[in-house]
Amino acid sequence: MLNVADILETIGMIREENLDIRTITMGISLLDCVSEDANRLCDKVYDKITKTAEKLVDTGVSIEREYGIPIVNKRVSVTPVSLIGGAISPEGYLKLAHTLQRAAKTLGINFIGGYSALVHKGMTVGDRNLISVIPEALAETENVCSSVNVASTKAGINMDAIRLMGSTIKRAAYLTRDNNSIGCAKLVVFANVPEDNPFMAGAFHGVGEPDSVINVGVSGPGVVAAAIRRAGECDLSKLADVIKTTAFKITRVGQLVASEAAKRLGAPFGIIDLSLAPTPAIGDSVARILEEMGLEVCGAHGTTAALAMLNDAVKKGGVMASSHVGGLSGAFIPVSEDEGMIAAVNAGALSIEKLEAMTAVCSVGLDMIAVPGDTTEEVICGIIADEISIGVANTKTTAVRLIPAYGKTVGDSVSFGGLLGTAPIMPLRTYSPAKFISRGGRIPAPIHSLKN
Amino acid sequence: MKAVITVTGKDSVGIIAAVSTFCAKHGANITEITQSVLSEYFAMIMIAEIDKLSVPFADFADKLAAMGKERGLDTRAMHEDIFNTMHHI
Repeated sequence: MLNVADILETIGMIREENLDIRTITMGISLLDCVSEDANRLCDKVYDKITKTAEKLVDTGVSIEREYGIPIVNKRVSVTPVSLIGGAISPEGYLKLAHTLQRAAKTLGINFIGGYSALVHKGMTVGDRNLISVIPEALAETENVCSSVNVASTKAGINMDAIRLMGSTIKRAAYLTRDNNSIGCAKLVVFANVPEDNPFMAGAFHGVGEPDSVINVGVSGPGVVAAAIRRAGECDLSKLADVIKTTAFKITRVGQLVASEAAKRLGAPFGIIDLSLAPTPAIGDSVARILEEMGLEVCGAHGTTAALAMLNDAVKKGGVMASSHVGGLSGAFIPVSEDEGMIAAVNAGALSIEKLEAMTAVCSVGLDMIAVPGDTTEEVICGIIADEISIGVANTKTTAVRLIPAYGKTVGDSVSFGGLLGTAPIMPLRTYSPAKFISRGGRIPAPIHSLKN
Repeated sequence: MKAVITVTGKDSVGIIAAVSTFCAKHGANITEITQSVLSEYFAMIMIAEIDKLSVPFADFADKLAAMGKERGLDTRAMHEDIFNTMHHI
């Protein structure tokens, strides 16, 4: 039996607290498209994607209208293309990027992920060919997202791959210099990348996945912040319960939408990603949750503790609400995509070092951080290596999505519009890690006992 | 199948009549009506059977929202399952 308070609570979450389903992402396997002929490969890829996801957007819109819950993004993730293009040239891979773009336009989706390579232990010729054209692919397409996994807890860290990614990021920044180096906003470097993540730019369809699958990312930082505000004066045990209860409710809606979408699209339900994903909109910020918990500003000492507690409580609440949980599942702390984070950086309260510490206890990593355009490749590699080490040592996913905005320096900011938001350029340490980075090779996998 | 119809906003003459007429016109059978003031806004909630709607439910919901907007109200028709899943285990 429904009661009035419950109904009004749900409506209030949607209307005033920005509750939404952040994304329905359909994962599509491209393994059956393999061909040594780039044209044939591209044709098969286009046909497979556009046929499999033909009804994705319409279905998303119908569910949105019937259940009254906004579904912000409808997206597609595909098998990492380096796995299907092993026999094609860099030019072939570039053609494939255009094919993915064309498929995205046909479907009416806003991002397609999977222009990716998994190189945590080493690189194949196909991986190398793909990575060599990532900057061009990102510059010449609008909706294609790319990711490269350079490390895992079991394999260690591929420093040769990190070195390559340093130059790839710089070149992507240069090639998209007329558009605030936006190419870098569509490129993520990962450690321990999940294979069922529905969120961009890091989504791809892993090799252990079925032919197609529906993964759903829920959101709701605004709902959590409002619940904490309503809880008023209470201790942290109580606050953790408030967050858990709220996360449970949010996730239940995600589960409903995911099962309904899977049923209507005839694809199996994969996972719900329990991440708290912010947007640049007021009232949709993870930083503001931390401040609601009692910090003067995000970045103050105490931020890591508050974030760790938030992240844990969200998972505890969400796990029971969903039959399968996966993806990234944790609070995201992108700078440009979070109104409160932007304000904290602008106030001088939040530094890249603090962000790095925060990533040890939450989802993803150094995300959507704009840095000076003259940052050297080696410094970028150093930042990646540091962040990736946190993931590898702690057996968790971490990632880096850094934007060395061409021609910009500290004091400037870059604006990407839409969900990607606005990023103030953050200062970096400029001391050189060049010798360390140039050694190359692999950092061995960490020991799994003697944990200190 | 049931839908939850909510009307929130400033009170005025004829809201219930307008929404009821709209429901009748489209074949939605109202089974419950509750009115309440909570969380600082006026709210009317109706539960309606929607098995015999004359239009697809999504269209019904869109039209209802548009009708409310003309009167400066927030009117929504949502499938009951969103509330059931969120509040009932």
